[in-house]
Amino acid sequence: MVNGLNLAFQFLDSFAFIVLAAAGLAIIFGIMGVINLAHGEFILVGAYATTLAVTGLSVPLPVAMLVGAVVTAAFGLVVERTVISGAVPNRLWARLEPPLSATLPDQAAALLPGTPLVEPLYDRLADSMVATFGLSLVMVQGARIVFGNSIDQVATPLGELSYGAFSYSAYRVVLAGVSVAVLALVYYVFAYTDYGMRARAVIQDDRTARAMGVDTERTYAATFAFGSGLAGFTGALFAPLVSMQPTLGGQFLVEAFVAVVVGGASVVVGTVLSAGVLGAVEASVTNYFDSQTFGRIALLLAAILALRFLPGGITGYIERLRTRRREDR
Amino acid sequence: MSADDAVSDPAVRQNAAQLATGDRTDTLLQTDDLVKQFGGFTAADSVDFAVEEGELRCLIGPNGAGKSTLLKLVTGALEPTDGRIYYDGTDITDLAPHERVARGISMKFQVPSVYSDLSVRENVRLPVQRFATGDERARRIEAAIDAAGLAGYEDVPASALSHGQQQQLEIGMAAALDPDLLLLDEPVAGLSVEERDGIAERITRLSEEAGIAFVVIEHDTDFVGRIADEVTVLHQGEVFREGPIEAIESDPAVQRIYLGGEGDGAA
Repeated sequence: MVNGLNLAFQFLDSFAFIVLAAAGLAIIFGIMGVINLAHGEFILVGAYATTLAVTGLSVPLPVAMLVGAVVTAAFGLVVERTVISGAVPNRLWARLEPPLSATLPDQAAALLPGTPLVEPLYDRLADSMVATFGLSLVMVQGARIVFGNSIDQVATPLGELSYGAFSYSAYRVVLAGVSVAVLALVYYVFAYTDYGMRARAVIQDDRTARAMGVDTERTYAATFAFGSGLAGFTGALFAPLVSMQPTLGGQFLVEAFVAVVVGGASVVVGTVLSAGVLGAVEASVTNYFDSQTFGRIALLLAAILALRFLPGGITGYIERLRTRRREDR
Repeated sequence: MSADDAVSDPAVRQNAAQLATGDRTDTLLQTDDLVKQFGGFTAADSVDFAVEEGELRCLIGPNGAGKSTLLKLVTGALEPTDGRIYYDGTDITDLAPHERVARGISMKFQVPSVYSDLSVRENVRLPVQRFATGDERARRIEAAIDAAGLAGYEDVPASALSHGQQQQLEIGMAAALDPDLLLLDEPVAGLSVEERDGIAERITRLSEEAGIAFVVIEHDTDFVGRIADEVTVLHQGEVFREGPIEAIESDPAVQRIYLGGEGDGAA
């Protein structure tokens, strides 16, 4: 009984961790075609903002968590406007370039870059990886310079749940509930809101979306901010559980990427299915060998197998089956 | 092409000047010396093209004449190399595509561009949600589905519609934006005779009932004759002829460019 309970809690724990780690990444990748290698550092921003709000400003933890999410969404918006879309540097350069080239001698002016200065990184997978990897290095070192090698952690709230000899962190159980709520929120936003409608249209065909009056730039910016806000919320939720170091984002990155790759293109269904499968694999192996290391190895092996046999991820496979069935009819 | 072939330039320029100064005329759209180059290739060469309010104009010309390029320049899908575009009295050359839609320009592309994963209702909701909420939104969505002739298909994914129904849906989506000018790029390509008749009827009804001005790219002269008041012929990126379809059809220079000879303008 205790063993079964243990397995159930381990599954819930893995499921919640994978869902929360992956949700923001899945949205940004699925809708914008941007692989955000700085995703872990967006989680770092949320974790630090939450922790500093509690320890520095004495804000209650639940409010501080919302602060963490909002701060990270705002930070994401800045990153989107500067690094991802290049809108801000392009606008500045469009103003600076004409007077600059007028004052410089012709030969020097010819060496100036043209406009636009930066091409947007949308749907440029490799380029977006390089740019966001650079950003992640800057963010980790920036956090180290500003806040040092670690900051004080907030205590884990809610205490323990006990059943006979078995005890478990109540906060971790709550996290499982929160992960389901996050999935429900993401589903609601994309299925029912005007923004979700625009975002789904932009994913499929941004040219037609523009012809239908959609401001695609604004949709991309909102999507990046939304995905970043979710990453920040993940950081906020795990702030009481992980040690507050500039490299904390790295712990989330592997699960996040594996879940997105295994899940495939569909943001909600893909994340649910991959977190379900991978969480079950990780929890059973961890439980069987009583070792988290074996659990992680099993998770990565499952990901390799999934990539080998389901290159489009689980949802890609489902989509293929549906297409085949339609053609058979 | 000789200078005689060009449309009456001074009149066009006067029109553009009036529009530039905000002096309203019945001209809805006016391009002034519009140029688009792709590397060394000139797809639009000093095009002066005008559309009056409520007019139904067809744009014809051989492949590569610059017809689709001209429409994409008007919608903002392409940026011109040179020249200006005036719409309803204002210069819209530097506006983003969605800002032009907000002013009343709507376009249906050559390749059917409906959202295959979304239902018919969701496809129509996208243009409608831009300006309508609540009951008004629901009413407009239903009206647009009816106008597209797709009542009963509301919850069907667009991917399950026939090619003709997808064309109908896309025209319905473009019309649901409540435009004053609707640009259609080959709306009946690949359709059966019955489907063509249906689309022709829908276009004329939208023109008459909603007062929408149309620019329609089409190769089929029977179809053109059925819907158009006026025809503009483009050739090698320039306006080659303008006039009623009967005059254009019997013009030897137009026949020559369609048959691959040189249009010398000796019509």
